[in-house]
Amino acid sequence: METQLARAKTVSKSTSKLSSKTLKNVLTISLFIAPALIVYIVYVLYPIVSTFIYSLYDWDGSSAGTFVGLHNYLNLLGDSIFWTSLTNNTWVVLTSVFVQIPLGLIMALMLFAPIKGIRFFSSVYFFPFLMSTVAIGLLWVFMYDPINGVINKFINLFGFENIAWLSEANTALIAVLIVVVWQFAPFYMILFKAAIVGIPEELYEAANIDGANALRKFFHITLPLLMPTIVSSSILAIVGSLKAFDIFYVMTGGGPNHGTELLGTYMFKQAFINFNMGYASAIAFVMFFIALVVTILILIMDFYRKKKGAY
Amino acid sequence: MTVAFKKIPLYFVAILLLVFTGYPFLYMISTALKDQSGFFEKPFSLFSSFKLENFTAVFEMGLTRYFLNSLLVSTVAVLAVMLIASLASYPLSRMKFKFNRILFLLFISGMMLPIHATLIPIFKLSESMGVYDTLLALLGPYIAFSLPISIFILTQFMQEIPKSLEEAAKIDGCTHFGIFWRVVLPMLTPALMTVLIYNFIHLWNEFIFALVLISSPESMTLPLGLQDFKGEFSVNVPGLMAALTLASLPILVVYLFSQEKVVKGLAGGSVKE
Repeated sequence: METQLARAKTVSKSTSKLSSKTLKNVLTISLFIAPALIVYIVYVLYPIVSTFIYSLYDWDGSSAGTFVGLHNYLNLLGDSIFWTSLTNNTWVVLTSVFVQIPLGLIMALMLFAPIKGIRFFSSVYFFPFLMSTVAIGLLWVFMYDPINGVINKFINLFGFENIAWLSEANTALIAVLIVVVWQFAPFYMILFKAAIVGIPEELYEAANIDGANALRKFFHITLPLLMPTIVSSSILAIVGSLKAFDIFYVMTGGGPNHGTELLGTYMFKQAFINFNMGYASAIAFVMFFIALVVTILILIMDFYRKKKGAY
Repeated sequence: MTVAFKKIPLYFVAILLLVFTGYPFLYMISTALKDQSGFFEKPFSLFSSFKLENFTAVFEMGLTRYFLNSLLVSTVAVLAVMLIASLASYPLSRMKFKFNRILFLLFISGMMLPIHATLIPIFKLSESMGVYDTLLALLGPYIAFSLPISIFILTQFMQEIPKSLEEAAKIDGCTHFGIFWRVVLPMLTPALMTVLIYNFIHLWNEFIFALVLISSPESMTLPLGLQDFKGEFSVNVPGLMAALTLASLPILVVYLFSQEKVVKGLAGGSVKE
C-alpha cells in the first residue's frame, strides 16, 4: 500500500515535471519565433486576408465602402484590360523561361570556354543584375529614344528607319522584354555556373576517351546533369515574372494604350491613381491566387519527383 | 594554328555578350560626362568629353538626401532581419515541435507572394499608424518581406551544424538562448553574410513599397528619387545619366572589391559551396 502510494507519487511527480519541461520548451520556442511571426502576420498574412475582404467592397479608400459580394470579380472577367494584362504577364513568363534561362546558360558555358580574360568577362556579365530596376528602366528609356537613342542608331546601320520603340503598340512589349532579359540573364548565369562546377570532371574525361565531340558532351553530359537547375530556374523565373512591375512601370507605365499593361501595373493604377481600391484588391487577390496555384503545383511536382527518386 | 582558329567563334560569342551586358554602362557613364550641347552634337560617341558639372548638379538637386534615406532604411531593416530571422531559424531547424513544418512552410512561401496582394492594407496600416510618408513606414514591410529568403538560407545552414556541439553545451547547463548566442550564432557568420548582401542589395533597389508609402521628397529613397528626376531631367539626358551613374556606383564598387561574396549573396543560398 505504502509502496503503491509512493509509486503513484513519483509517477505524478515525473509527469508534472515532464509537463513543466514541455511547457518551458513551448515557451522557449515561442520566444524564439515570436518576433519574426508577429512581423510576418502584421505585414504579410493579415494584409492578404484584408485584401480579400476589401475585394468584396466597392470602395474608394477613404469613405466607408459598399459590400458588393463577388461583383468586382465578375467585372474583372469582362474587363478587356485585365485579360490584356494577364496575356502580357504570360509573355513575361515565356520570355523568362525560353529566352532568359537559355541565355543565362550560354553565358555560364562561356565562363568555362578555353579563352583568355574569363575573369573580366564574367565580372562584366554580372553587372546588369546589380543595378536598380528603376535605374535600368530610365537608362533604357533613353537608349530607346526615337531620335537620340542609341538603339535606333544601331538599326540605322543595317538600313532600318527610326522606330518609336516604347510608344508603338507592336514594339513596346518586345522592347521592355529585352530589358528584362538583360537584367536577369546574369542571375541564371550564376546558378548555372555553380551547377556546372559541380559536374564531375571524370565524366568528360571518359567521354574524351570515347572520342565524343563538344556538342555530344554538352547534350549527353552537361545538359542532363543541369536539368535540376533548369527546373528550379524555371520556377524562379515563373514566380518572378508573375510579380513583374518595376521595369514596366518605369519604362512605359503600362502604355501605349495598355499594350504593356501587367496585372501589377493595372492593380497599382486602379488603387493609387483611380482610387478603385475594391476593384484593385480584386486584381491583387487574383495575383495572389495565381501565385498560390503555381506554388501548389510546384509542391505537388516536387513531391512526385522525390517519390520517384529522381534527382 | 588550327586550335587558335577554332577559338575565334568562342571569342566572338564572348565579346558579343560583353557588348550586350557592358555597353549600356559605358553609354551611361560616357553620357554623364558630356554637357547638353555635347550630347546633342555627338549623342553616340563614347567618352568624347569629361565634364563633371552634371554630377555636382545632381548633388545640388538632393541626391544626397535620397542616398542617406536609402542607406538608413536598408541598414536598419537588414540588421533587424538578421537578428529576428536567426532567432526564428534556430527552433525551426534544430528543435522538434508540433507546428514546426507548417510554420517553416508558412514563412518560406512568402518568397512566392506577389507584393501587390499586400499593398493596399499596408498602405492603410501606415496611415492609421501615423507613419505614412516617413521612412518608418518602409521598415515593417521591408523586414517582413526579407524574412522568407533569410529564414530559408539560415535554416538550411543551421541544419548542417552538428547536434553534438549543442548537446555538449546542454550538459554544461546552457539554456537554449545560451546555446543560440554562444554556439550557433558565431558559426552562422557565412550564412549571415549571404543574408546581409542579398537583402541589402534588394532593399537598396526596392521600388514599389517606396512608391506607395512615400510621397514627399524628404523621405524618398534612391529609386524613388531617380524616378522623380526623370520629370526634371526630361530634356537633360546627361544630367539624368549622372544621377543613374551615382546611384549605381556604390553597389558596383562593393561588387568589384568582393565579387565572390556578392555573387554568392545574390544567388541567395541557391548556390552552395
